[in-house]
Amino acid sequence: MRRSSNQMGPGGVGLWVFKLQTGILILQGSSSSGHAETSKVSNMVEWTEFERATIQDIFSKMDYESVGHNALTRCLVVYPWTQRYFGNFGNLYNAAAIMGNPLVAAHGTVVLHGLDKAVKNMDNIKATYAELSVLHSEKLHVDPDNFRLLADCLTIVVAARLGSGFTPDVQAAFQKFLAVVISALTKQYH
Amino acid sequence: MSLTAKDKAVVKAFWGKIGGKADAIGQEALARMFIAYPQTKTYFAHWPDLSPGSESVKKHGKTVIGAITAAVEKMDDLIGGLSSLSDLHAFKLRVDPGNFKILSHNILVALAVNFPGDFTPEVHVSVDKFLAALSAALADKYR
Repeated sequence: MRRSSNQMGPGGVGLWVFKLQTGILILQGSSSSGHAETSKVSNMVEWTEFERATIQDIFSKMDYESVGHNALTRCLVVYPWTQRYFGNFGNLYNAAAIMGNPLVAAHGTVVLHGLDKAVKNMDNIKATYAELSVLHSEKLHVDPDNFRLLADCLTIVVAARLGSGFTPDVQAAFQKFLAVVISALTKQYH
Repeated sequence: MSLTAKDKAVVKAFWGKIGGKADAIGQEALARMFIAYPQTKTYFAHWPDLSPGSESVKKHGKTVIGAITAAVEKMDDLIGGLSSLSDLHAFKLRVDPGNFKILSHNILVALAVNFPGDFTPEVHVSVDKFLAALSAALADKYR
């Protein structure tokens, strides 16, 4: 009976281990053979000039208090189950109550200032957010699906503010930025 | 998450405000989707031009938003009202239903951009629920 080609004999395992080791060497950017390694496999996010400029531009002109307040309010209204994380915020009974709640306003600002860290460290968002990720996972116990809900509400609020200036390309850049933030915030969940 | 009487009233009132701008909203939502979610372009490989201002995007945006506007009057029975469109999407077009959520999001963005004052959180939640119910009705025949 012919051996299936999927079966790995001892040689096959050895080959796999070799490929794994080589892969790790490449990731570390080192070369044991002495010739110059001009390309490096990197797991950094790549930003185009347009994307960088767009993110800096949007946030430099943003009223963090107002946008934060409105985005969090919208999230609590549009996705009411997110209120589960704010049991001690008092009156969240309806949209007007949420909008008028000073704890919601204050927390919206906290969230936006947290985002600011990513704006200022676009090339190192994952490391920048390591502690925040642990906080959201182990202390706050926030289901990461909620990050996308808040991000979508933030997108809507910014879209409304910028109007036609929120072009499809600007939208794509903004949403990519938020996706990277969400990924970093989700990284320390185990 | 079924549509309450309040949701239906809010959606009807807001859609009335959209009025003649509906076609432009449809076009803009599609354009935004193709740029921000490029994987959605795979369903339109047969179009010569997928850019925002193209005739194809304009025409198809009008088709899609027209069906949504018609659905506003069918909110009491979306599954029944969208039955033939569901047949079309299930058996002919076979669009993965995950994409309905993506297009819905871009419709919301287009609404926020064009109606910033009217697209309040209360309107947003009702319209979001309507689009979700519509998407479910569209996927009804899939399996």
